[in-house]
Amino acid sequence: MSESLDLHLALAETELENPVLPYLRQDRIPHIWCPGCGIGTSVNCFCRALTDSGLDLDKVAIVSGIGCTGRTAGYLNLDSFHTTHGRAIPFATGLKLGNPDLNVVVYSGDGDLFAIGGNHFFHAARRNMDILVICVNNFTYGMTGGQVAPTTPVGPTQTTMPLGNFESPFNLPFIADACGATYVSRWTVYHVRQLAKAMKEALNKKGFRFIEVMSPCPTLYSRRNRLGDGVDQVKYYKENSVIKNGADTKDIGLGYQGEIVVGKFVDRERATWLESMNDHFSKVLGDQFKPYGGKPEGV
Amino acid sequence: MSAEETTRKGKGTVFVRMEVCKGCSYCIDFCPTHALDFSKEFNQKGYHFPVLNRAEDCTGCDLCGLFCPDFAIFGARWKDLDEKRQKTATPVEP
Ligand SMILES: Cc1ncc(C[n+]2csc(CCOP(=O)(O)OP(=O)(O)O)c2C)c(N)n1
Ligand code: SF4
Ligand code: SF4
Ligand code: SF4
Ligand SMILES: [Mg+2]
Repeated sequence: MSESLDLHLALAETELENPVLPYLRQDRIPHIWCPGCGIGTSVNCFCRALTDSGLDLDKVAIVSGIGCTGRTAGYLNLDSFHTTHGRAIPFATGLKLGNPDLNVVVYSGDGDLFAIGGNHFFHAARRNMDILVICVNNFTYGMTGGQVAPTTPVGPTQTTMPLGNFESPFNLPFIADACGATYVSRWTVYHVRQLAKAMKEALNKKGFRFIEVMSPCPTLYSRRNRLGDGVDQVKYYKENSVIKNGADTKDIGLGYQGEIVVGKFVDRERATWLESMNDHFSKVLGDQFKPYGGKPEGV
Repeated sequence: MSAEETTRKGKGTVFVRMEVCKGCSYCIDFCPTHALDFSKEFNQKGYHFPVLNRAEDCTGCDLCGLFCPDFAIFGARWKDLDEKRQKTATPVEP
């Protein structure tokens, strides 16, 4: 055995543990994600963001739909909800409105949030529901075997597009922006520090917040298209990303293995659904109405 | 001095839970100082895991820790480790 391996063994027995372990349900680790899958890296960044956010973890709830990314809620040591496919956002909406003190985070995949769950996304953003939505975009339905997703770029082969995809994909930040999200950013799992910072920033902001995380699915997307392993996709992210904070979201759609624009695109203030409702009924009903949730007027 | 301290070469070091590593090589490829290599040994699941072959180059920046999708590695500065150990050390009874 090499000298360095001996050192590892010695260190492994010390009192130190990985700083993210307390955020994970350790009885469920190792997780099911494939070698080189980027979902774990995004979760790693999210754990750092939770530390840095200074939030009371008893008041953070995490909601996932179905999919490989949807497993995230089950691995995090928070109040976790693994909901049905596409319904993470309506579930999160109920959770937030039932208990407005909670900081509610939806963590799910591109298929879950934008195919079966697309409608919920649009309306939650339009209403400015006070939730953070983190979408791990691997351009495919990972869990079910690599079917074409609404995010799959034109070109690559998928199980349901054996001759290559010809459908135009969604540009996720553009949708979030157009629907009225208060915070929109896109990073890849190569940009670990920026991603952790964006997650922290978004955790501490109000309104409908959206972060797209580009992440490799080596098992289905990359292998099928001969793009190498997870690490090769992350190297592609490294070499082809340009940071353009404030970029117009309509210009940042993603092509197949093309240039990737990353950064923070939207950061605006807008009354949340609850604030608008309280405000509206207070105006219409005057003293008859007791504002719900947040702090009542003058208290 | 412990064996570990005599082998201190760089500003920091890494801690690896080799049994949960899946050998994806994120940590190895994205370490800014290229301090890590794959082990020659396999872990129980048959993966090679990272070893700090160039300990003198490790800054303890923990970028490997941020990249790892399996929570199998993290880096730390000796300076911070010493501080932490001092804080957690049980005082000797007089
Ligand atoms: C109502 C319903 N329809 C279809 C499915 C099958 N299904 C499970 S996960 C999934 C897609 C997951 O894709 P995505 O959200 O991108 O997650 P990923 O696995 O890529 O992280 C589908 C179609 C289901 N579980 N429930
Ligand atoms: S199938 Fe793809 S998305 Fe799912 S765990 Fe494996 S690599 Fe990740
Ligand atoms: S702590 Fe930093 S320098 Fe040391 S191995 Fe990890 S990434 Fe490399
Ligand atoms: S990043 Fe983690 S799982 Fe990948 S090789 Fe390094 S220690 Fe192993
Ligand atoms: Mg997906």
